[in-house]
Amino acid sequence: MTSLLRSLGITIILVSIFVVNTKAQTPPPTPNDDQINAVARELYCPVCENIPLDVCGTQACEQWRGLIREKLMQGWSKEQIKQYFVDQYGDRVLATPPAKGFNWLIYIIPPLVILLGTYFLYRAFVTWKKIEKPAENDARSYPNQDEYVSRLEEELKNR
Amino acid sequence: MLANLGYGVLVITLLISLYGIAAAIQGARRKNTSWLDSARNAMLLTGPLVTLAVICLVVLLVNGNYEVEYVASYTSNSMPLYLKITALWGGQAGSLVFWTWLLSIFASAVTLRDWQRDREFLPWVIVVVLVTLIFFLGLIIFIENPFARLWEIPGGMIVKSMFPPSIAVLYTQTDGNGLNPLLRHPGMVLHPPMLYLGFVSFVIPFAFAIAALITGRTDDRWIRITRRWAIIAWLFLSLGIVLGSRWAYDVMGWGGYWAWDPVEISALMPWLSGTAFLHSAIIQEKRGMLKQWNMVLVILTYDLVIFGTFLTRSGMLSSVHAFAQSAIGPLFFAFIAFTFIASITLLLHRWDELKTEERMTSLFSKEALFLVNNLLFMGILVICFWGVIFPLLSELFTGQKVMVGPPYYEKATAPLFAALLLLMGIAPLAAWGHSNYKALGKSIRLPAIFVLLILIYAVIRGVKNPWALLGFGLCAFVMAVIVYEFWRGIRARQKIKGESFFKALWQLTTRNRRRYGGYIIHLGVVLMALGIIGIEMFQSETQGTIAQGEQLNLRGYTLRYDGLSIFDTTDGRNISRAVVSVYKDGKFLQELYPRRDYYYENQQQVTIPGVRSTWEDDLYVILIDWEPVSAEGATFKIFHNPLINWLWVGSIVFILGALIAAWPERDQSTVRNRVAKQNYSASEV
Amino acid sequence: MVTPSTEKPEQKKSKPNRSFWWRILVWLMLVAFLIILGLGLFRTQQGVMAIGDELPDVTLTTFDGQEIRFNDLEGKIVVVNFWASWCKPCEQEAAELEAAWQYYEPSGNVVFLGVAYADTESEARAYLEKFNISYPNGLDLGTRISNAFRIGGVPETFVFDRNHVLQFVQIGPFQSLSQIKSVIDTYLKP
Repeated sequence: MTSLLRSLGITIILVSIFVVNTKAQTPPPTPNDDQINAVARELYCPVCENIPLDVCGTQACEQWRGLIREKLMQGWSKEQIKQYFVDQYGDRVLATPPAKGFNWLIYIIPPLVILLGTYFLYRAFVTWKKIEKPAENDARSYPNQDEYVSRLEEELKNR
Repeated sequence: MLANLGYGVLVITLLISLYGIAAAIQGARRKNTSWLDSARNAMLLTGPLVTLAVICLVVLLVNGNYEVEYVASYTSNSMPLYLKITALWGGQAGSLVFWTWLLSIFASAVTLRDWQRDREFLPWVIVVVLVTLIFFLGLIIFIENPFARLWEIPGGMIVKSMFPPSIAVLYTQTDGNGLNPLLRHPGMVLHPPMLYLGFVSFVIPFAFAIAALITGRTDDRWIRITRRWAIIAWLFLSLGIVLGSRWAYDVMGWGGYWAWDPVEISALMPWLSGTAFLHSAIIQEKRGMLKQWNMVLVILTYDLVIFGTFLTRSGMLSSVHAFAQSAIGPLFFAFIAFTFIASITLLLHRWDELKTEERMTSLFSKEALFLVNNLLFMGILVICFWGVIFPLLSELFTGQKVMVGPPYYEKATAPLFAALLLLMGIAPLAAWGHSNYKALGKSIRLPAIFVLLILIYAVIRGVKNPWALLGFGLCAFVMAVIVYEFWRGIRARQKIKGESFFKALWQLTTRNRRRYGGYIIHLGVVLMALGIIGIEMFQSETQGTIAQGEQLNLRGYTLRYDGLSIFDTTDGRNISRAVVSVYKDGKFLQELYPRRDYYYENQQQVTIPGVRSTWEDDLYVILIDWEPVSAEGATFKIFHNPLINWLWVGSIVFILGALIAAWPERDQSTVRNRVAKQNYSASEV
Repeated sequence: MVTPSTEKPEQKKSKPNRSFWWRILVWLMLVAFLIILGLGLFRTQQGVMAIGDELPDVTLTTFDGQEIRFNDLEGKIVVVNFWASWCKPCEQEAAELEAAWQYYEPSGNVVFLGVAYADTESEARAYLEKFNISYPNGLDLGTRISNAFRIGGVPETFVFDRNHVLQFVQIGPFQSLSQIKSVIDTYLKP
């Protein structure tokens, strides 16, 4: 797998690679497209909303990917790069809002509502059962198979 | 002049609908049959009338009458006939007409049903349907008019107007701008119509629900009428969503089928509440329970349809699917406020009359499990709703734009979907009314053995991810239960009636379409789940720039870049098409042709992947970039999507099952009579 | 099968109170939902900053490391241009904007500010170099500035008068130097 950097075709990046490579004593290997995509996948550029950076085809996104390549070559980690993008372009570049401040609401509300729903359902079951108790006269222990057959038969008759 | 005709017909339809509402209310208040018949005729007329308007628009589109702004914006000379027709729903104004058309057809169809036994519903069904129709007609006539023409006024300015401004001449372009290339895909020909059909047809159940609330006839009658409409609506909606994801897979070049885009979610939300309704409606029919809840679900579904349409069309969401910003927002908002307030007022007004008589008997009864099912669907709905609405909230309260993307939805909904799968396996085993741990445990034994076998097989095949194993296990469980259910039914019929295997299968399914159709739907869901687990958990990808003759490797596949050709087509595209050979373990399999089409007329490009599909996996190759001069080097992105085709197979099974469930019963009349008798006796009490 | 419900007495006792609060809750939720939706819609419909709005108090960090607080530019006409290096139409007006800046700079009455939207630093610098742009430019850190101006895309140019009231908005590129001059001259007169 060769990565000749032809894909991006941006001379500036080539220049910057050169600069970086001459500066650093032990240059980190040139990142390949997969390493760039691994970071890009978790970022979204404001130009094409809702399309992750790794599949977005606009010029802006291409430049952003170039930026990721630059940062990777400087030895930055994925988290560092993501943080850099957040600082530069705001929280909106992340796939999900960072869990802080007002954003907590997005993570808290759905589980709360679901728990509440579960509670209501449970309570409904309990009250229903209580009301039902005295009228518990159904035979409920006949063998499963026969029950099924009789039920089926009844249903067939009804149709 | 066709434009004038189309516009005029729409105005007439609006007037007739207004009259229909007035006549229906009059008829209901005076208990006057002739007013009611007149209202019914008015509604009957809307279908043919809007059809006429649609024909006008289609003829304009096909003829290329570029003096009409909509035609100039969405068609061009080079487009084939079917795409010119597709342009009907390619833009905001046209798709509103299309939507209105479907609604008017449903309106006409519903007047044609036999109203003998539920005449008191009729006026209010007419009112609800016509109010919705008038709203959409109003949007078309006053705000987004597809018949508006382009005029050149003396200063050389081009203006868009339905009626000629003073001293202006018609401005006719020689060619149009053409349809957005993303929409030029066979999937796009069917996806919007199905989705809109699904949306629109939920109006009918809603209309019956509101009619029941207004008249106070809150017995089971409305739910029995509504059931079939709801299944049909749900069938179309499901079909629309599935076709949409197939379209995304084929033309978006994401390597995926579903991006949790807000617009996708706004189509999913009514589907979720609709699905919940289909399940809980069964309980109301069988046990007379959950009346309040069913009413809530039907109303919610309709409101979500309107809400989703609003989100998509008002420009509030930016997404690949969203229409351009438009002036319809405020009017739409008013309509949403009106429908929400009106339906909630009515619902609360009748709330106490919708009390349930029968009670739940056991935690493991089918009803109880259906309720849990409803809870899960509602849970997913809440997650989706909150995810869509949260960016709005955030921008309003903190001024910060945020993105709520796939990771949020995937993590939040995955456990709920898994629970739904589990439930899908348990519910058929639990008897109606009552069941206990012992009975349940006994019937689970056989499926459990099957699950174990499948899991052992999966582990041997190298699946190590515990979540994937859980998913596969659940799928196997549901599948085993469904097969077991069919087998038990067939065995029982063979025993009782002495039928042959196939006859028994046929009779079983056709005699109880809803139950066995339902099982087939579940089977489809399980197959789809297989595909989803495959792509979500085992998708891998690689990207690289290679020169001619060089190779890329992914998951045992080797891809060799053989060449690239760039050429123009007669329909105005510039195509860059790469030829790559696919090898697996050194053996040549086939050539793939990933390409990129550049559309001159709207300067957009579409990435068409080259895909090799097998039952096991898809190899999905996208041409990202290339060296135009020498065509020597090109960048490819390759996705390996295991099991993805089971998603599509599952969808087909799913739709088949839905068709079976929705198919009209043969001996309908007898069923109806029986129901009617029950209801008469009920209302006499 | 269907019979009118016979309510249990013990249910009836606590009923009116509880259901009343439920109803209030339902209505409150509906109203909140509609308000949020309405406000969101209002925001969408608003579009870019309207004529007559005040200059937002934001800070631009230029590529030279200078911090320019918009409110510190008192008494001057402020021209804020949003651009991006990936934006083709922006290139059409780049030379004209620079020429206009050269024309007004000596008077000291007009400030030009360039804001690079969703841009990367190296690309943006290369763009500035290419067009020899000398007025202060900087990246839109955290997209705060573009949020404040509610821009719909690039290029967009906002012209504020000496009292920092928005007087003119150019959506898309300026067509010519004379167009820019005629706009600015209108508000330069005392």
